[in-house]
Amino acid sequence: MPKLTVNGVEVEVEAGATVLQACEEAGVEIPRFCYHERLSIAGNCRMCLVDMERAPKPIASCAMPAGDGMVISTETDRVKKAREGVMEFLLVNHPLDCPICDQGGECDLQDQAMGYGFDESRYQENKRAVSEKQMGPLIKTVMTRCIHCTRCVRFSTEVAGIPELGAIGRGESVEITTYLEKTLASELSANVIDLCPVGALTSRPYAFVARPWELTKVESVDVTDAQGSNIRVDARGAQVLRVLPRLNEQVNEEWISDKARYAIDGLRRQRLDRPYLRGADGRLHPASWNDAFDAIAKVMKKARPAQMGAIAGDQVDAEALFALKSLFDKIGSPHIDCRQDGAKLNARQRSSYLFNSTIEGIDTADALLIIGSNPRIEAPVMNARIRKRYLNNRIPVAHLGPEAELTYPVSYLGDEIDVLTKIAAGKHPFAKIMKSAKRPMIIVGMGALRRADAGAIQGLLRELSDKVGVVTADWNGYNVLHTAAGRVAGLDMGFVPGKGGLDVDGMLKAAYAGDMKLVWLLGADEIDTTKLENSFTIYQGHHGDKGATVADVVLPGAAFTEKEGLYVNFEGRVQMTQRATFPPGEAKEDWAIIRALSDRLSSSLPFDSHAAVRAALVAAVPHFGNIGEIKPARWVKFGRTGALKSDAVQAGLSQFYMTCAMSRASETMAECYRAADQNSAEMAAE
Amino acid sequence: MLADKDRIFTNIYGWHDAGLAGAKKRGDWDNTAAILARGHDDVVEEMKASGLRGRGGAGFPTGLKWSFMPKEVGNRPHYLVVNADESEPGTCKDRDIIRHEPHKLLEGCLVAGFAMRAHAAYIYIRGEFVNEARRLQSAIEEAYDAGLLGPNAAGSGWKFDIYLHRGAGAYICGEETALLESLEGKKGQPRLKPPFPAGVGLYGCPTTVNNVESIAVAPTILRRGGAWFAGLGKDNNTGTKLFCISGHVNKPCNVEEEMGIPLKELIEKHAGGVRGGWDNLLAIIPGGSSTPLMPKDVCETMTMDFDALRAAGTGLGTAGIIVMDKSTDIVRAISRLSYFYKHESCGQCTPCREGTGWMWRMMDRLVRGEAEQHEIDTLEQVTRQVEGHTICALGDAAAWPIQGLIKHFRPEIERRIKAHQAMIQAAE
Repeated sequence: MPKLTVNGVEVEVEAGATVLQACEEAGVEIPRFCYHERLSIAGNCRMCLVDMERAPKPIASCAMPAGDGMVISTETDRVKKAREGVMEFLLVNHPLDCPICDQGGECDLQDQAMGYGFDESRYQENKRAVSEKQMGPLIKTVMTRCIHCTRCVRFSTEVAGIPELGAIGRGESVEITTYLEKTLASELSANVIDLCPVGALTSRPYAFVARPWELTKVESVDVTDAQGSNIRVDARGAQVLRVLPRLNEQVNEEWISDKARYAIDGLRRQRLDRPYLRGADGRLHPASWNDAFDAIAKVMKKARPAQMGAIAGDQVDAEALFALKSLFDKIGSPHIDCRQDGAKLNARQRSSYLFNSTIEGIDTADALLIIGSNPRIEAPVMNARIRKRYLNNRIPVAHLGPEAELTYPVSYLGDEIDVLTKIAAGKHPFAKIMKSAKRPMIIVGMGALRRADAGAIQGLLRELSDKVGVVTADWNGYNVLHTAAGRVAGLDMGFVPGKGGLDVDGMLKAAYAGDMKLVWLLGADEIDTTKLENSFTIYQGHHGDKGATVADVVLPGAAFTEKEGLYVNFEGRVQMTQRATFPPGEAKEDWAIIRALSDRLSSSLPFDSHAAVRAALVAAVPHFGNIGEIKPARWVKFGRTGALKSDAVQAGLSQFYMTCAMSRASETMAECYRAADQNSAEMAAE
Repeated sequence: MLADKDRIFTNIYGWHDAGLAGAKKRGDWDNTAAILARGHDDVVEEMKASGLRGRGGAGFPTGLKWSFMPKEVGNRPHYLVVNADESEPGTCKDRDIIRHEPHKLLEGCLVAGFAMRAHAAYIYIRGEFVNEARRLQSAIEEAYDAGLLGPNAAGSGWKFDIYLHRGAGAYICGEETALLESLEGKKGQPRLKPPFPAGVGLYGCPTTVNNVESIAVAPTILRRGGAWFAGLGKDNNTGTKLFCISGHVNKPCNVEEEMGIPLKELIEKHAGGVRGGWDNLLAIIPGGSSTPLMPKDVCETMTMDFDALRAAGTGLGTAGIIVMDKSTDIVRAISRLSYFYKHESCGQCTPCREGTGWMWRMMDRLVRGEAEQHEIDTLEQVTRQVEGHTICALGDAAAWPIQGLIKHFRPEIERRIKAHQAMIQAAE
């Protein structure tokens, strides 16, 4: 632990720390542009120069390892001159077009120029102009503003794992560009916008929309995948204008996926803003809440409990799930299910459906087997964490499922499930690799768990886990990668068929056969809705997607930015969204809709406020009360023995951009989808 | 004046056979195994004793540099990298060594590589040196055929391979860490130091980068003894050196001379004197384009060694002496150098990327006098803002010539500005 002196203050820092970190430890702020703690050190902006005793020249503090006995000063005349000099150089070719720059108000260059800049320019020559670069539908470029810090280049190469961004030319002709000006083929591409310290890379969909000081900022979590990335939702008036990542080392570090960031324009389109009733003409007509409730009550009162079922979708908050489950418990129907994709997950065996190692656990894993999942599109931020682990320790990764480019090298095992039998029997080379690893990890995706033979697969994985030491006293590397943000909460509270209850498939079959009089779709769109034509269908949700088109009654709910709701991510971490805007029109929070309807059914639910629902939920399932925390699951027996089917193993998702009602309604996501499609077509042509 | 018996480069003019047979006649490859038999550390000590300072420009003691390599070879191999990317304007010594004395370089690689426990040397040759690269490659092949390189190099029992790599023509790739980057197949941009190449160099392995001349003189030093070399030249500036004299002299040439030889003597004796006589001299750039120029009165008594030139505010650099007589447009000449540095800046770090362009543009206006008087001070300050604030020395190299110009020829710049202003006034 080196001890050094910074401006006369002695500090002790961890071995391997830099002088810049030591200065921060000593409470001295060092200006910087290129340095970013999650990227490699470039040392090219030269803003962080400080004086070191016995050094003939000022040193770049970001790149200099802190050494024992160093004497650093940051307030000497030489340092001041150096900073002013660098600042002046950065500004000579910077357009100073702050009034028309979207970075204005949150620009590192602007801020630091206030501290270190001159009040007038000595530069008499013409400024450099750089042509814009095409980087796809998300990233707007104004490359004249670029200060060549290379943060974006390092991010895409190191974190995103796509070395497509780089610098061409040299000297003052250096330009940052993508390879042949193609769209960045990454699910994390828009993080370069946050990284860019100036306005060179800004958000294209958000261009000229708002200034940062006009926005109200709310801390929330993302629901477009099951990772629960921490986000900040920026809104103005009734509109959510942008989503930015929030720091959470345990979950998403400081990255979010492009979908988390940009699917929000879907919140303004295709919204259900009032109740609808299907008329005699077969079309949906606007209706009042009263009429809608009357229509539902009429059907529900007539039907026997066993003739009613509820299917919950992927982005439903825990409160709504709990309210609907309470209602169905009360009316006595066992037919409820939150696994609309048919995943064979047993709600009573918690360790069989959690990402037990936690995301942080990836940082210590030393062998990884991925089955039936493409983490790059199912949880891109988590995938970047695997890549980080790979870069740090070159861990062996094997992949069983459809072939995919995962941003780190994998031994591809094909897509036949027999390989898993071999691994479990110890007859495959990767079984040995796992056996010799100290902390082997399995990630199993929905591609494997929604198969008909999922029970047998789970059985095999359970057996394999014991054999190769996936679970030890201080390590549980058995991980299920969910794709639905609301799924784990549903499983945790038991939003699954009760005794004699039907699962999604069973409900749909029964509905088609005419045995299910009423089906309640709570934000469920990813099901075969053609099966619902013979039953009375309620769609409760926020988007006019597949579910609403077949519904007899549409109840407009609130999207995740419009309510305070609990979500449990795939690790089992309880997190909360907050309201950034109000639901549009007559739409209401989902638990409140169910609560209001329960009155009509004379089975009033015992809560009248959001706080009361939350309290009832916590009373039923206590760990929902510990926000931000994970309740670890006990390692239990699960799965069964049985024959495997010969079908090829699929991934959980087949594409990234349009996976939920919100992202399907998003123009930006549609554009990204097209651009990615075109990219891969061009790549294939090459 | 250096006696012929003390010359190291006896074929620098290519009057004799540059091939292996000719080289052997001149004493190259003469019982190299015996040198290696003295052991790694003894070779390094002998080099230290010779006082040889690196001939690439910075003048860092070569033996000391070799001694920085780890004494034990760990799990990473050691590498010797020879910097043959000679691109400094005014310098053409390495080119002639490669053309006419390639075997001195190859033998030097073997002894230097052996001294630092390396089994491989990479020679990074400037891309424009097409014929030189061919010549060197054929010399390497000759040496392999003769068993002087390979699994048992020169019968010493030491395995040694030499690989020739051609650069692509960037000045910055002559900076040692940019050279390593380029050699690894990356963009030629200097690395941050620390770590230094002796710890983390080529492919992350301990590496020493030496100039061609530093390596080529090593075998002769080891044969004749460090004391012999140290006996030539001046204290702390020992031995002989190849000087490249170009510009306004009657007979531009490369010449091997003792360190510390008076500049005037060097030019008069070897280069046929300044064009139009010594009194027609305006200024001299003593060590390649990056060293600040010296006006005639300083040149008068200057001796050509690291310390004397440094004391005069300039440097020996590569000893590329550029002589300018009174017909020279001195502002234009330095402006041309500024353009060169602007063109060759790699663009990695801010002061050099932005500063070289700014300095060149100001210089370009000063040539015509299109400026205000106070802009001379601005320019001076800009050079100070670049100098010492960059990752590598290119920023310094771009700043120094301008600093030299302003220091010694400020009145000339002021005169042009006045003339230009007068012209504008007259036009109005």
